[in-house]
Amino acid sequence: MKILICISHVPDTTTKINFTPDNKSFVTQGVQFIINPYDEIALTRALELTEKSGGSVTVINVGEASTEPTLRKALAIGAGDAVRINSQPREAFFVATQIAEYAKKNSYDLILCGRESIDFNSGSVPSMVAEMLGIPSVAIAKTINVENGKAIIEREIEGGKEVIECALPLVAGCSESVAVPRIPNMRGIMSARTKPLAVVEPVQTEELTKVVSYDKPVQRSSVKLVDAAEPGKLLELLHTEKKVI
Amino acid sequence: MAVLVYAENSEGKFKKSVFEAVTYARAVADMLGTTLSAVSIGDTVDDELSKLSKYGAKKILQVSGEQFKNFSVQGYASAISEAAQKESADVVVMLASFGGRGIAPRLAVKLKAGIAEGAVELPKTSGSFVVRKTAYSGKAFADVELVSTKKIITLVPNSYKVEEKPEAVAIESFSPAINNVDFKMTVKETVRSSSKVSLPDAEIVVSGGRGLKGPENWGMVEELAEILGAATACSKPVSDANWRPHSEHVGQTGITVGPNLYIAIGISGAIQHLAGVSSSKVIVVINKDPEAPFFKAADYGIVGDAFDIVPKLIEAAKAFKAGQN
Repeated sequence: MKILICISHVPDTTTKINFTPDNKSFVTQGVQFIINPYDEIALTRALELTEKSGGSVTVINVGEASTEPTLRKALAIGAGDAVRINSQPREAFFVATQIAEYAKKNSYDLILCGRESIDFNSGSVPSMVAEMLGIPSVAIAKTINVENGKAIIEREIEGGKEVIECALPLVAGCSESVAVPRIPNMRGIMSARTKPLAVVEPVQTEELTKVVSYDKPVQRSSVKLVDAAEPGKLLELLHTEKKVI
Repeated sequence: MAVLVYAENSEGKFKKSVFEAVTYARAVADMLGTTLSAVSIGDTVDDELSKLSKYGAKKILQVSGEQFKNFSVQGYASAISEAAQKESADVVVMLASFGGRGIAPRLAVKLKAGIAEGAVELPKTSGSFVVRKTAYSGKAFADVELVSTKKIITLVPNSYKVEEKPEAVAIESFSPAINNVDFKMTVKETVRSSSKVSLPDAEIVVSGGRGLKGPENWGMVEELAEILGAATACSKPVSDANWRPHSEHVGQTGITVGPNLYIAIGISGAIQHLAGVSSSKVIVVINKDPEAPFFKAADYGIVGDAFDIVPKLIEAAKAFKAGQN
């Protein structure tokens, strides 16, 4: 089974977010970048699947040279080879186009992504890639199994879950419960240095969206404390001041 | 150039969040000086469909039939794409629900439309078309310009107020072309969750953290939630320890929520958790540590032991609800 894992290079979850004075871009100075946590879950599940029944795991990222440490980390975790599409990940449609173009040339059985990146949170790329390739997709998968060339996937639905079955190939976005990420061991880290990392130039495509500016949520005014002896007061305040109950 | 809203149903009924999306889409249509059409897929009775008119849909397209009984992301995306062409819709609106999040990107590729996933406000339409959405998992907002002619917006539940704007009911049956390639996926089993209120679109959320010490202590969280008509949630360490299911994990790598009221019990307020709840209208924190960072992000706080406070709060909530009825 040939599996492709789409990796985003994102600020660590503990990062305090800051923007440039013109609010047009994210300040990367002093920020630790990581594999998008959901993508790491997808990668881990791919390794579990190929360890069980054979196959290969390739990771792909659309990013400039600065994202290579993130790809090396994915190789250290266990991916066999990596591909970097040499461009800024301008927007979801652009990124999906690049991944779909690469996937068309290499025909994968399974393409796994995180359900969304923790920086832009659109969750569009997996479903866009699937549409571009004309294959089925599951935007938010809870578990992923493959049996006899068919994927068995639990997916989130409103107010519950559904178990679906689908012939491969297929694209799925992984949520937290798909796998427990692994910490790379020393052998993995050593071998990651010599595993292949191909750099591919992007294909041309039009831009459908662009970010005009960023800003941060307004800080809440200071907390109003309620006496622990009279928690009922809290309900009064929620009712009269905020009208939320 | 109309506006089209996809009104998703759950077991034949529209939830309140769908009416939020219809209200929102109607407001977009008003801004653009055009009308709103709605498309519903799957079996829904006319009485239910006509509710969409109440919130401003001038025309309702109903897609039904055997193939559309179960949710098919490809089948539904194709049907909505055809509906958009039929209505000459330049803007398509749907909820940022599990279904909508799967359909919208596929539709974006079909229509070559720019997409704003997770909108929280009406677009700004003077000169350009700019939509505000959450970014960095709730730590920031991004204003995204949709530069393409066709545009898709998915709306975060509970971020836009429902408002009635009645139109005459006009339901039209619509039969899109069926392409078998769209129906390769089969649904083996559907499991409905036992909780009464679903977390992503709950108006009130009661959430517990490690301060509750163990899964056996969740009875009081559930009881408080039930009295308030709230959904239950938890922090990451709690779901990591399997005290509660992952589907209840609120935070940067879990579910992002924006209820009217978020009550956090025994949660210290790590930055990843705060990101997931930052768009809540009112935040209440109950924690025995007065230095817990969550107090800095809260509107109301009670410093004290949850095992002492929550039972008292439950009694007070019962009395409050009894007084309301």
